[in-house]
Amino acid sequence: MKTNPTQPAPPKAEANRYVLQLFVAGQTPKSVHAINNIKKICEENLQGRYELEVIDLYQQPQLAQGDQIIAVPTLIKKLPLPLRRIIGDLSNTERVLVGLDIRNEA
Amino acid sequence: MTKPKSTPKAKPAAKSKPAPKAKPAAKPRPQLPKAPTGIQGLDEITGGGLPKGRPTLVCGGAGCGKTLLAMEFLVRGAMQYDEPGVFMSFEETAADLTQNFASFGFDLNDLVARKKMALDFVRIERSEIEATGEYNLEGLFIRLGQAIDAVGAKRVALDTVESLFSGLPNPLILRAELRRLFLWLKDKGVTAIVTGDHGEVTLTRQGLEEYISDCVIVLDHRVRDQVTSRRLRVVKYRGSTHGTNEYPFLIDADGISVLPVTSLGLQHIASNERVPTGVARLDAMLGGAGYYRGSSVLISGTAGTGKSSLAAHFAEAACRRGERVIYFAFEESASQIIRNTLSIGIDLEPWVRKGLLQFQASRPTFAGLELHLATIHSKINTFKPQVVIVDSLKDFVIGGNENEVKSMIMRLVDFLKTNQITGLFTSLTPSASSLEQTDVGMSSLIDTWLLLRDIESGGERNRGMYILKSRGMAHSNQIREFLLTDHGAELRDVYVGPEGVLSGSARLTQEAQKQAALMIRDQEVELRRIELERKRTTLEAQIAVLRAEFAVQEIASVKIIGQEKAEEAQLAQGRVDMGLSRKEDATASKRKSGPK
Repeated sequence: MKTNPTQPAPPKAEANRYVLQLFVAGQTPKSVHAINNIKKICEENLQGRYELEVIDLYQQPQLAQGDQIIAVPTLIKKLPLPLRRIIGDLSNTERVLVGLDIRNEA
Repeated sequence: MTKPKSTPKAKPAAKSKPAPKAKPAAKPRPQLPKAPTGIQGLDEITGGGLPKGRPTLVCGGAGCGKTLLAMEFLVRGAMQYDEPGVFMSFEETAADLTQNFASFGFDLNDLVARKKMALDFVRIERSEIEATGEYNLEGLFIRLGQAIDAVGAKRVALDTVESLFSGLPNPLILRAELRRLFLWLKDKGVTAIVTGDHGEVTLTRQGLEEYISDCVIVLDHRVRDQVTSRRLRVVKYRGSTHGTNEYPFLIDADGISVLPVTSLGLQHIASNERVPTGVARLDAMLGGAGYYRGSSVLISGTAGTGKSSLAAHFAEAACRRGERVIYFAFEESASQIIRNTLSIGIDLEPWVRKGLLQFQASRPTFAGLELHLATIHSKINTFKPQVVIVDSLKDFVIGGNENEVKSMIMRLVDFLKTNQITGLFTSLTPSASSLEQTDVGMSSLIDTWLLLRDIESGGERNRGMYILKSRGMAHSNQIREFLLTDHGAELRDVYVGPEGVLSGSARLTQEAQKQAALMIRDQEVELRRIELERKRTTLEAQIAVLRAEFAVQEIASVKIIGQEKAEEAQLAQGRVDMGLSRKEDATASKRKSGPK
């Protein structure tokens, strides 16, 4: 699991780190679920070269407009480009990896 | 941070259930509270505005004015009713919106700066989005909630919420979330407009009407005979009566105006005031005073019989009285009318410059009937004229829409009458059809109907005019010849002879003949008079002769009598003398003298 993505990753890994933001609304079970999911995926695939910021929109509602958040949970891949939004509780690991450009479309 | 957080969240989560309960509790009030839209006409149709504190669905096809309606509702709310608003756009950016609505005179930047309005553009890029499981729209709720709190919004517009369906996966979740959104809006007590695109089977593409059922307004932009017209219909309005018809509406420089142009019933007050027609002899024909103020006048006739000229006369006469006139021209441009009427001695231009006369020239095909009617209404409402001229109605009849034209004219006539405006319409009658049949069968709507016709005789074509009807006044039943001279229209008597109605040169001939006949008669009378005089003189002479003869005879007779008396006396004397001479006795002489 770890080796597969790291092999195409090294050139990227040096150039770009992964900058991820996860927007949730409150500590609902779904939020907690999503946070756990992304943390697991990052640890397994992007160990050491990612930044993950979890933002609770109830705490910082003004960010919803700036980052064009409609649905929650939303995971935004700010870097590397292109920008991607991954909506949902991130339970489908395959789709998350595709969304993060870690794995090519299966 | 905690405060803004708790406000948006606490409400939707906690009250999404009690919300529907809270509303019915507020319902039993006699009158449903309403939020006035400030849009001309819409408040009349809805009986005061949109349902306050509830969402209203506005749906319709592309380009039918949904966004404008929503925006105008917010802007007017912010400016006129002190109800700030939030406009959440899913289609246009805030910058685009600002620019687009600047042309309607809505300064969105200013409203935003004064915290009267918040604009939020929700961008959904399908290509950026990857779905990985269940989600909800809490982000949207938070954004909206924050914007509402920031300006203290009482009004919200969501334009077009259906864009979410193309951007986000899993429609089932979306539907559930939208339902929750509308309940949440209700719960927040904001009056909301939600727009939706026209669907094929349902009112909106995504069937939003299932969730928003308090008030549904459908906008329509339809094409008929290559002419479009915009219409608005209130499909449902819970807890309130509303106008149910399709009402035409206009989008012009001031935004939307809806015109509830149905017949308002026959409630108008009839004026006794008379308005001169501008042609003195026509006034004389119309009971000596002209039309009634506020009546409807139809001038119909075949081509080139002077309908527009009569209309121009009336317009000029009204301007001279200081009244305001709108001339809706559908055949000629304003300058053409001015030029043409100048040739018959009517100068309209000074009145245009004075602002008493306004021309509204357009081709009938320029817009649909309803739009024309709406335009006429709006022009009349702004200009407030006393006289309205429509030249000509015939132009509206395109294809087989006579019934529609009739209903349009009926509404126009009702509108004019209600406002005590005298309406003068011209209508072209095709030469083939009966003269008294107008194309639109509008006789029943018309108070005074002048018919102009051409009279063909003796190789000439002349104009004739008569009054077909004129309600409420004694009017002439005679045909007049109608002349267009360089000093205006003139009416002349016509002659009805064995060959029919005489006009033009035939009339002139007839006039000459009449003149000659008159002269001959005069001469004959003179002759008779002289003859009589002569007879009298003769008779008098004869009388004198007879009298003279009589006098002579009388003298002669007197003379004879005298002679005879003298003779008798002489005889008597002779006898006495004889007695004396014969020595008769005295007694005898006495006896003799006794009988003497």
